[in-house]
Amino acid sequence: MQRVGVFVCWCGSNIAGTVDVQAVSDALKNEPGVVFSTNYQYMCSQAGQDIIKNAIAEYKLTGIVVCSCSPRMHEATFRKTAAAAGLNPYMVEIANIREQCSWVHKDILTGTEKAIILGKAAVAKVNLNAPLTPGETPVTKRALVIGGGIAGIQTALDIADAGFPVDIVEKNPTIGGKMAQLDKTFPTLDCAACILTPKMVDVAQNENIRIFSFSEVAKIKGFVGNFDVTIKKKARYVKEELCTGCGACTEKCPMKKVPNEFNLGMDTRSAIYIPFAQAVPKVARIDPDACNMLKKGKCGICSKVCAAGAIDYTQKDQYIEEKYGAIVVATGFNPISMDKFDEFAYSQSKDVITSLEFERLTNAAGPTAGKLLRPSDHKHPHTIVFVQCVGSRCDSCAEKGKEYCSKICCMYTAKHAMLTRDKYPDTEVYVFYIDVRTPGKNFDEFYRRAVEEYGVKYIKGMVGKVTPEGDKLKVQASDLLANRQLQIDADLVVLAAAIEPDKSARPLATMLTASMDTNDFFTEAHPKLRPVESPTAGVFLSGACQGPKDIPETVSQAGAAASKVIGLLAKDKLTGNPCVAHSDEMMCNGCSTCERVCPYGAITYEDKEFRMPDRTTKIRRVASVNPAVCQGCGACTVACPSGAMDLKGFASAQIMAEVDAICK
Amino acid sequence: MQTITRDQLIEKAVSLLADGTVSCVLGWQKGEFDYDVTPVLFKNADELKANFVWNDFCGANFSKYLVTKAEKATGKVLVFLKPCDTYSFNQLLTEHRFNREKVYAVGIPCEGMVDVAKVKAICGDGIVSIDCGEKLSVTTLYGDEPTVIDAKDVLAERCINCKSKKHVAYDELLGEEGEVIASDRFDEVAKLEAMTPDERFAFWQGELSRCIRCNACRDACPACTCEKCVFDNPKSGVENKSPANSFEEKMFHIIRAFHVAGRCTDCGECSRVCPQNIPLHLLNRKFIKDINCFYGEYQAGAEVGSRAPLVDYTTDDLEPGEVFDRRDNNA
Repeated sequence: MQRVGVFVCWCGSNIAGTVDVQAVSDALKNEPGVVFSTNYQYMCSQAGQDIIKNAIAEYKLTGIVVCSCSPRMHEATFRKTAAAAGLNPYMVEIANIREQCSWVHKDILTGTEKAIILGKAAVAKVNLNAPLTPGETPVTKRALVIGGGIAGIQTALDIADAGFPVDIVEKNPTIGGKMAQLDKTFPTLDCAACILTPKMVDVAQNENIRIFSFSEVAKIKGFVGNFDVTIKKKARYVKEELCTGCGACTEKCPMKKVPNEFNLGMDTRSAIYIPFAQAVPKVARIDPDACNMLKKGKCGICSKVCAAGAIDYTQKDQYIEEKYGAIVVATGFNPISMDKFDEFAYSQSKDVITSLEFERLTNAAGPTAGKLLRPSDHKHPHTIVFVQCVGSRCDSCAEKGKEYCSKICCMYTAKHAMLTRDKYPDTEVYVFYIDVRTPGKNFDEFYRRAVEEYGVKYIKGMVGKVTPEGDKLKVQASDLLANRQLQIDADLVVLAAAIEPDKSARPLATMLTASMDTNDFFTEAHPKLRPVESPTAGVFLSGACQGPKDIPETVSQAGAAASKVIGLLAKDKLTGNPCVAHSDEMMCNGCSTCERVCPYGAITYEDKEFRMPDRTTKIRRVASVNPAVCQGCGACTVACPSGAMDLKGFASAQIMAEVDAICK
Repeated sequence: MQTITRDQLIEKAVSLLADGTVSCVLGWQKGEFDYDVTPVLFKNADELKANFVWNDFCGANFSKYLVTKAEKATGKVLVFLKPCDTYSFNQLLTEHRFNREKVYAVGIPCEGMVDVAKVKAICGDGIVSIDCGEKLSVTTLYGDEPTVIDAKDVLAERCINCKSKKHVAYDELLGEEGEVIASDRFDEVAKLEAMTPDERFAFWQGELSRCIRCNACRDACPACTCEKCVFDNPKSGVENKSPANSFEEKMFHIIRAFHVAGRCTDCGECSRVCPQNIPLHLLNRKFIKDINCFYGEYQAGAEVGSRAPLVDYTTDDLEPGEVFDRRDNNA
C-alpha cells in the first residue's frame, strides 16, 4: 500500500476563489492510502515546495498528489521537488483543479465537488504508480536540414557556426530557394541577391556544411538523437565533383527552347543548364525531358565541349545513408496555382501575372533584364492593377484558395507598387485590398510611403473580373469605401497569389511522423512557447513550412531552430521519457497490430523461446518496444487485441482506477 | 447435398500423406451424435478411412485449430477449408497466428451446413441418427419411420446468408470455385437498428440472459486466439467473474464483440456453437455493418495483411460529427 500525501494549492484566488480548498484537503484525507493532506496558498513557491519535501520525509510518503494547475504548467516542478526529497519523480500525480475546475466553474459548491472528485481520481492513480527510471541514449552529433532556401541556409550556417556538421538536402539543383528569385526585399529594399548570395557562398565554403543538391529525403528511421536517413541523390547527368560551372556546355547546347523554371517560364534555357549565375553548387544539370542525347541518343555536344569531362549520360540516382541527431524541416512554400481563378483571366492573358512573376520581371537578372515590360508584347505597361488576397482569406471559396492570410502579400505588393512608381513615375498603380496588414518593424511606415510619397492608389475592394480586350485588360472592381463600381483599363494585372506549403512537405511529415495542420503546414509543439519544435522529438521547424512568413521572421525562426538543434547536439546523452509502452510477453499474440499503428516505428517483433507449464519450450513471436523510440502516445495500448501492451505511468489499470474513482 | 464427396476428400488426404506432403490431417469425425461432428487430427490413412466424416454437419471452422496444431506437427498439416473458413485463415495469417509454411490448405466447396436446431424443430428431440444423403433422413427415439428433410430447408442462418462461395486462400482447390455473393446478411441487423433503444435493449436482454457463460463462443471463435484471454487472466480483475447484475451478464458478449471488431470475418462460429442458440453473430455483424458504412467496405480476411479500418488511419476517415449523417444516409 502506498503512503500518499495530498497537497491542495490555492493558486492565490485562482483556485481558492471557486474551490473550497480546505474542504478538498479534508475530503481527500479519507481516501485509501492517504496519510497526509494539506493546503497552501502557492504550492509551487519555495515555501510550498518545502511543505511537500518535509511531508515526504516526515510521513515517509511513497506517492504524492498535488491538486493544482495543469500538469503542463508545474508537473515538472513538483517532480523535481519530489526527487529532491528522495521520492521517485514519477510517484507524483497532478490533479488539475485550476484549468479544468476552478476556471470553468462559477459556483463554489460545484467547483469544490469537482475538485474533490479530480483529487480522488489522482489518489486512485497514484496508488497504482510504480517508480520509473528514464533511460539514456547517445546523440549523433550531426544535423540534417531539409530545404536549402533562406530558412535552411540560415539554420545550417548557425548550426555549423557552433561547430556541428550539417547536411542540407535541397530538391532543386541549387540552394537559394524562393529568395533567390526575388528582386528587392521589404521594408529596406535591399536587393535580395546581394544579401542572399553571400550566404549561399558561405554555405558552400563552410567546412561543417555539406550540400546535397538535387536530392530528396527518401527514408527516415530512428528517433531523436539517432535518425537514420536515406538521401536520394537524383541523377543530374553531370559529375558534380568535376564540373567547374564554366557554362561552355550551356552555350553550345542546341536545345535552347526549354521553359526556364527559374524565371517561371517567362524565358527559355538550354537542356543542360545552370539555374542561375550565382547558383550553389554552380554545377550544370541535364534536363532528361529536353536532352536529345538522353531521349534519342543523338547529340552529345555538351560532352564534347566539357573540358572537365564532367558529363555522364549514364548517371543513375544514388542513395546515401547517413545518421543524424536532429532534423530541421525547411521545405518552404509555393504560390498556389491560379488555374481555378478564371475570373482574373490568368490562363487567358499573358499580361495577368503572379507577384512572383512580377519579381522576375523587375529583377535585373530576370527575363527582361529588369525592365518592366509586358510579357505579351514587351511594351511598357502604363496602368497596373495589383490584386491582393488572391486565394488568401477565402472563406467562401475554400475549395479554390486558402482560408488563412498569406501574410507576406500586403508588404510585397506595397513594395512592387512603390518600386514601379519610383522607376516609372508615368505609371498608374492601383492596389485592390481587403485589409492592408502591416504589423512588423517599419512595415506600416513602408506601406504609408507607398501611398503618401509614391501616390499608389489603394482601393478597398475586390476585383470581380478581368477581361482581356484588345491589348487592354478590362478590370471590373468595386470600391467599397466610395461604394461604387470601377472599370479600369489596365495593361498589366498582378495577382498576389496565396502561398501554400511545398508539396514535398506532406510525404516528409509522414516519414518524420511530424504532425501537420489541415493546410499541410507543420504544427509546432506549442504555438507560443515552443514555436520551432515539432511535437516529434528531434524534429525542428524553420521558415514557411510552419506557416506563412516573411524573410526577417524566417531568419529569426531559422536561428531559433538552429539554437534548439545546437542545444540537442551539445548533449552527449539524452534522457528518455520513461512513460513508454511495454509488452507483456506472456500475453502478446504477436499479431503485429501494434507495430502497424505505431507512428514512431518503435515496435519490432522477435521470435522468443518460452518455457511452457509442461516443461516444453515454445517459440513465440512477441512484440518488443524500443523505449528510446517510443514517445508514449499509447496508440498501441488501445490497438492491442490481447491487452499485452500497456503504458508505463498510464497503465490501463491506472486509468480504470481513475474512472472508477470518478464514477463512485 | 454436398457436391464433393467424403471419398474424394479421403483420397486427397491419403495421397498427400503418402507422398509426404503432409504429416497429419485436420478433419471431422462423428461426435456423440451424428449431428455433433467434431474436429480431430488424423495421423494416418487407416484412421481417415475409419472415422473421417464429411456431410452437412461439418460446420466447424478449422482455421483456429492451426494456431495450436501447426506448431506441434512434425511436418505440414493438411487442412480442408470451406470458403468461409478461408477468410478466417487469412485473418489469422495477418495476425501471424500460425506458420503458413506448416500448413497445406485444400479448398473445398460448400453447399451450406445444416442447423441442427432447425432439424430438431421439425423432428423433435431424441435424434438417434441422421443419414445425410440427397436428403436428410432423421430417426428419433419416438418414431419408427425416419423423417426426410431437404437440407435446404434447415440451413444455418450463416449459410442462408452466405457471403462467399469463393476461397480466398488455398494451396489446392477441389471442385468448382465459386463467387463472392451479395448476401442479405445485414438485413437482420437493420431490423435491430430500426427498433427503439428500449425494444433493442429488451431484445438483447432476452437473448443474452440465456447465456450460461460456457465460453463456447470464445473457444470456437477464430478471432479469439489470445495467448491469455482477459476472462481467464487473474490479473485482469474480471477472471471468471459472475455477473453482479442483469446488465453485467451482457458485458461478456459486448466486450467480446469489441474485441473482435474489425477482425471478425463473420464466419458465424459463435452462433453455431452456442448451446443456448443466442444469435451472437448479430453483434459482430453490427460492427461490420458500421465499419462498412463509416470507413467503406471492408471484409476481414479477404486478403492477408490488410489493415482493418479501426486500426488504420486515412485522410478520408470520417470526423466524429459526421457519424450520424453517414449512418442516416446509409440506413
